Amino acid sequence: MSKTIKNLKQFSTANERFEGAHLLCPGCAHSMIVRELMNCTEDNLVLSTNTGCLEVSTAVYPYTSWDSSWIHIGFENAATAVAGAEAMYNAKKRKGTLPNPDAPVKFVAFGGDGSTYDIGFQWLSGAVERGHDFTYICLDNEVYANTGGQRSSSTPIGASTTTSPAGRVSYGEKKMKKDIVGIMGAHGAPYVAQVAPNKWKDMVKKLQKSLETEGPCFINAMSACTTEWKFDPKDTISVSDVAVDSLVFPLYEIIDGKELNITYRPKNILPVRDYLGIQGRFKHLFKPENQHVIEQWQKDVDARWEYLQRREEARV
Amino acid sequence: MAEKMELKEVEVWDGNMAYAQAMRQAQIDVVAAYPITPSTPTVQNYSKFLADGYVDGEFVMVESEHGAMSGCIGAAAAGGRVATATSSQGYALMMETLYQASGMRLPIVLGVVNRAIAAPLNVNGDHSDMYMGRDSGWIHVATYNPQEAYDMILCAFKIGEHMDVRLPVQVHQDGFISSHTAQNVRPLQDEDAYDFVGEYQEKNAMLDFTKPVTYGAQTEEDWHFEHKAKQQKALMDSRPVIDEVFEEFEKRTGRKYNRVETYMMDDADIAIVALGTTVESARAAAQIMREEKGIKVGVVSPRVFRPFPYEKMQEALANVKAVATMDRSAPGGTVGMLFNELSGALINTDKRPVLTNYIYGLGGRDMTIENLKTIIEETNANAEAGKLTVPTQQFSGLRGPKLSFF
Repeated sequence: MSKTIKNLKQFSTANERFEGAHLLCPGCAHSMIVRELMNCTEDNLVLSTNTGCLEVSTAVYPYTSWDSSWIHIGFENAATAVAGAEAMYNAKKRKGTLPNPDAPVKFVAFGGDGSTYDIGFQWLSGAVERGHDFTYICLDNEVYANTGGQRSSSTPIGASTTTSPAGRVSYGEKKMKKDIVGIMGAHGAPYVAQVAPNKWKDMVKKLQKSLETEGPCFINAMSACTTEWKFDPKDTISVSDVAVDSLVFPLYEIIDGKELNITYRPKNILPVRDYLGIQGRFKHLFKPENQHVIEQWQKDVDARWEYLQRREEARV
Repeated sequence: MAEKMELKEVEVWDGNMAYAQAMRQAQIDVVAAYPITPSTPTVQNYSKFLADGYVDGEFVMVESEHGAMSGCIGAAAAGGRVATATSSQGYALMMETLYQASGMRLPIVLGVVNRAIAAPLNVNGDHSDMYMGRDSGWIHVATYNPQEAYDMILCAFKIGEHMDVRLPVQVHQDGFISSHTAQNVRPLQDEDAYDFVGEYQEKNAMLDFTKPVTYGAQTEEDWHFEHKAKQQKALMDSRPVIDEVFEEFEKRTGRKYNRVETYMMDDADIAIVALGTTVESARAAAQIMREEKGIKVGVVSPRVFRPFPYEKMQEALANVKAVATMDRSAPGGTVGMLFNELSGALINTDKRPVLTNYIYGLGGRDMTIENLKTIIEETNANAEAGKLTVPTQQFSGLRGPKLSFF
């Protein structure tokens, strides 16, 4: 059952099921998203996490930050781990052998963008196609942050990472990020959405909707990374604000693979340049020879916004 | 409740049907599986049982073998009986998760139908997959025919789920020679089989919300070694439980299994050591060579080769003068696994028999009685000379010039 979260006090309530004493970087957005997922429901949770920042920061033996059932297997298979647990729940429910038969339960998998867009995509796609009743949350910080900032297929054009570094003859990453939300929508999943922790009301609503929706749901959560995006740890929320107000991270949902709803329309749309300018990873784009990348960025964001609005109108 | 299946006293089953029937009778909660030759029929038979109402657990047809074992791990950690089957490339793809299953001490049962590993691509039986995973922290049980495949799957649940063990168990049978060859199998009736296997006992179940549990934590140099040592202890401590389960199975069925199987070893001067269907061929060849040539040859096979039956192999081979170890896996630049294991087990014994190694049967090449007769004769010559009369390692059944490097 969903909890009522109407104000910031309720939003920021410490959740007993996710200890604050974890090892995530100061300013990391992961913990805001995870805490809120665990805060927004009163149901029992069976959780899984792919290898990544969240996993290595929350379960270093002999400690654990999780006061809920939690499993980590490998880099790629959190979706399948929780799908297996869900299958076990269904089997035991049918056979009448559940240890807590009347306890409501939700199944949730977490992964970073590396484990979601890249190495774990097959496992995610398979689990969604099979229709397990679970929610998959991608903590998207657009880089393999846990291993020291290598590019993933979520890394946007122009970002300097440790495997797509900007240099004398390179402006960094050459490709725009993969459209994971569109791809998951194309699976026909009943609920797919993009969220950002700064827009917390929108995020809580979508998290609750994904938990309450039967079947496989997918949430792509923007998780600004102070370490790899290179901004001051105190600026996580302000950077996130610029991300959504410049439409770099538009907030929307897709229902049953068809109905697309834009859930946040900025009153003043900021130029992409403003978003790029506040992060060290894009610093080199402001050299005269890289101006074309910023122009390309703006064109891509405009085209994407146009596409989302048309999809919303079309209702198909 | 699942329907009961009436079984005849003697059924004609191939090894895959034997696996599937034993899995059905164990009333597994979750099977997560993916097809691959030659273990595919295990999964197909099981899904047909489900379609006909004989299974009331969940059957999850995943997108890869890695996914199959990942799903099994999630399901087992949730708290219930779990099994799957695979072969060869699928086994290789599962490899990462095999270590994770054992490291998390989850009593999953994996029915392996052994097959070669590419390249070159080959669908036939050899032990390359079995050898690849032998150190993955699972209990490994070898079988020689469909009857044993059936019996050992039932025993595997009881061993792995035992509260003093809690480890995953692999049962192996040879691709095609056992998996696709219909033979007489004497099954237990459903109630009897389930009574033997017993109810699943939960331990640290993720679905027990009164006691949240963290699976798959990280340990670095401060704790990892202690965890792996505990895992090794659990594997070694499983030996008396395996013996108990085999005894209980004998009481119920009259079929006696041992961690090391011996054949005509009482007066043997020499021994063949092998795994899988070759054990049956070697027994036939031993009988012939005793009758035809008067060579006192016996056959020894580690039924359970992890935990390796070190002392039992020493005992079984205590009085022989020469031993031929037979490895059905490409040795990858060294001697075969059985040669290595036996060298280790026998080096500190009083008699230290002359030890040779035969690589054979790769990619489904037949191991014939004629090949085995040659091996027995060579081993006998070693015993009589008290030293090697042939190279340490040879390739048996290989076309072209003779190969030996050691």
